[in-house]
Amino acid sequence: MKKSVFLGALTVAGLAAGVAGAATLDDVKARGTLNCGVSTGLTGFSYPDANGEWQGFDVGVCRAVAAAVLGDASAVEFVPTTGKTRFTALASGEIDMLARNTTWTFSRDVDLKFTFVGVNYYDGQGFMIPKELGVSSAKELDGATVCIQTGTTTELNLADYFRVNNISYEPVPIETNAEAQQQFLAGACDVYTTDASGLAATRATFENPGDYAVLPEIISKEPLGPLVRHGDDEWGDVVRWTLNALIAAEEYGVTSANVADLASAPTDNPEVNRLLGTEGELGAMLGLEADFAVDAIAAGGNYGELFEKNIGENTPIGLARGLNAQYTDGGLLYSPPFR
Amino acid sequence: MSNTHADTVLYVRDTMLDQQEPPASTVGPVGWAKDNLFSGWLNTALTVLSSLFIAYLLYRLIPWFVSPTWDGTSLSNCREILDGHEGACWGVIRDRWQQLLFGFYPPELYWRPILTLVLLLVALAPVLYTDYVTPKLLYFSAAFPFLMPWLLWGGTVWMPLMAAAGFAIGFVVFTLVSRVLNAGISIFAAALVAVLWWVLLAAPVAHGIASVLPLALEPVASRDFGGFMLSITIGVTAIGCSLPIGIVLALGRRSDLPLVKILCVGFIEFIRGVPLITLLFVASVLLNIFLPPGTNFDIILRVMIMVTLFASAYMAEVIRGGLAALPKGQYEAADALGLDYWKAQRLIIMPQALKISIPGIVSTFIGVFKDTTLVSIIGLIDPLGLANGIRADTAWNGIYWELFIFIGAVFFIFCFSMSRYSMYLERKLQTGHR
Repeated sequence: MKKSVFLGALTVAGLAAGVAGAATLDDVKARGTLNCGVSTGLTGFSYPDANGEWQGFDVGVCRAVAAAVLGDASAVEFVPTTGKTRFTALASGEIDMLARNTTWTFSRDVDLKFTFVGVNYYDGQGFMIPKELGVSSAKELDGATVCIQTGTTTELNLADYFRVNNISYEPVPIETNAEAQQQFLAGACDVYTTDASGLAATRATFENPGDYAVLPEIISKEPLGPLVRHGDDEWGDVVRWTLNALIAAEEYGVTSANVADLASAPTDNPEVNRLLGTEGELGAMLGLEADFAVDAIAAGGNYGELFEKNIGENTPIGLARGLNAQYTDGGLLYSPPFR
Repeated sequence: MSNTHADTVLYVRDTMLDQQEPPASTVGPVGWAKDNLFSGWLNTALTVLSSLFIAYLLYRLIPWFVSPTWDGTSLSNCREILDGHEGACWGVIRDRWQQLLFGFYPPELYWRPILTLVLLLVALAPVLYTDYVTPKLLYFSAAFPFLMPWLLWGGTVWMPLMAAAGFAIGFVVFTLVSRVLNAGISIFAAALVAVLWWVLLAAPVAHGIASVLPLALEPVASRDFGGFMLSITIGVTAIGCSLPIGIVLALGRRSDLPLVKILCVGFIEFIRGVPLITLLFVASVLLNIFLPPGTNFDIILRVMIMVTLFASAYMAEVIRGGLAALPKGQYEAADALGLDYWKAQRLIIMPQALKISIPGIVSTFIGVFKDTTLVSIIGLIDPLGLANGIRADTAWNGIYWELFIFIGAVFFIFCFSMSRYSMYLERKLQTGHR
């Protein structure tokens, strides 16, 4: 408790410092690079490859914003942040935006004074079991031993879920995801619970992934999205509408392969024309070039392409779109109109 | 009657027998084994049991270590190569060893950290091996602290030169003022002038000269530092700076001047009272917030300062232990010879106190070097942080032992060398009567 008060005070102090340098868009343009906070390493979302280049789904968002603002998807300084340093890094102005699998919650938005500009991945806490356990629903887990990371929201979610459903469990506290994998494989617990994307990534590393199953129940809401500081709405709009452009591009069938063609001349679809800047002046309203969305989409593809390349069903992680499908396909992705 | 002896004794040896080798069972490996391993039924039983245990361990471990996966391109590829057998996946080391050593440093500039490491060894040689290396190399050792940042970070050569000039200016001021005033005031004046030079003039002058004559290396951002290069840079700086600062603090703590004493005790106890990780958070988080926005105070520099302060406090206590272990007679002898405070410290007290403290000092060094891995918690990419990042690559997700064994082996080489050197130094300086 004391710690959170302390961190809260820090954040407030940081805000005071941050506000002084409000016009982030101008800063980024003057600097020529975007400082983007990412995770130090999260499978599929952000990691350095063998050449030291950052890759991943969250990294793709950073590159899209850099491309939209500066016209160059490589003009990004990736600042690796840990769960403990991410908020102060953003509040103090060390980074311009944070794209680091951060759950959008009330207190982070309101109390820590950040603006979540959208959701790039709808996650939720799930359960993984060995198939030989013969369980098909989390409600059948009465009396099970559960491996769980201590001090995380997953621990609280788990307690809530089991209390609501009136079933008992025995927690096996563990520190890190790495330890959890070892314990689970060694049979120290029947069930491993963490975010569903993490479960999928973990399962993909097993020697025999087919022997394990992820249960259908998702017991918490974890909307992960990029965030910026409170108090600089212009910059928040830039990041928000870059993300929306990626989502809308998928909806309208604009991909990194055909975006150059579609942007070369106005098409029959006025929404696409406005998105790609061949009609209207949406870019100028943001303080960007008219073709900012073209650059953003060309950087790594539209939302669907980013998803498929980094975490989709053809990658070892193999996540289905699920909630992260377009609203037209029964998902939650719904970009407001470009108008 | 001359042969009475021959009459009474049947045989007399008239030559000496040659010395014979001791029985084969008491010398050489056999004798050693008999004495040490099989000297009784209990020891024999223990020996057999432990040999069996070691053999079992090797039987299980060697097949794991000797694994034909050097060319593996991912964990699943390694598993295909191994085809169901247990074995390490060394492909990750082949793929990432350069990253583990150099972090994100541009590959075409790898020669710079390597050259820095070689020069570091050259600079250390006259300090570490006084018997074998000419003392003239000490001039190079003095220049190295200014050379190192230039080689690692790049930029214009004038900045480190101007930093060095600050010391020269301070020295000149000291010599001039000390002709008129006493030593304490001259040191203060010299420090003041040097600090003013660094804060106000050094940067503009360096920029001024650089605009005429650049002499610059390609700059490398701190963010690109990582892996063992980061650990060694932080570790070497902290080790190099903490010893002199620690000596000053230890002397200050034993000083008779109340102000000096209180300051030193306060500093030492404060630093020793907080964990290193707290200081690192101060470096990464607090300073970030309290410095005005836009200040570019390098994160690695901040971490280096914090780790150095941390190590200095511990070093001060180790050296104070050495000072306290010296018999009072040594202090009194120095006084009796009419030496002033600094001369007594330099010629009589410190050489003995430091010699006593060698094991403690080297322990502190090794501890500091290993503590540098804590920086991964504040988001710097040290070897352990990098291991986490590498595991986030879907190709290598699920690999633990191989990475940790590699990192552990490199750390072991460094720490073990330090510890062996300290043993050599202790033997060399051994003057006691045994």
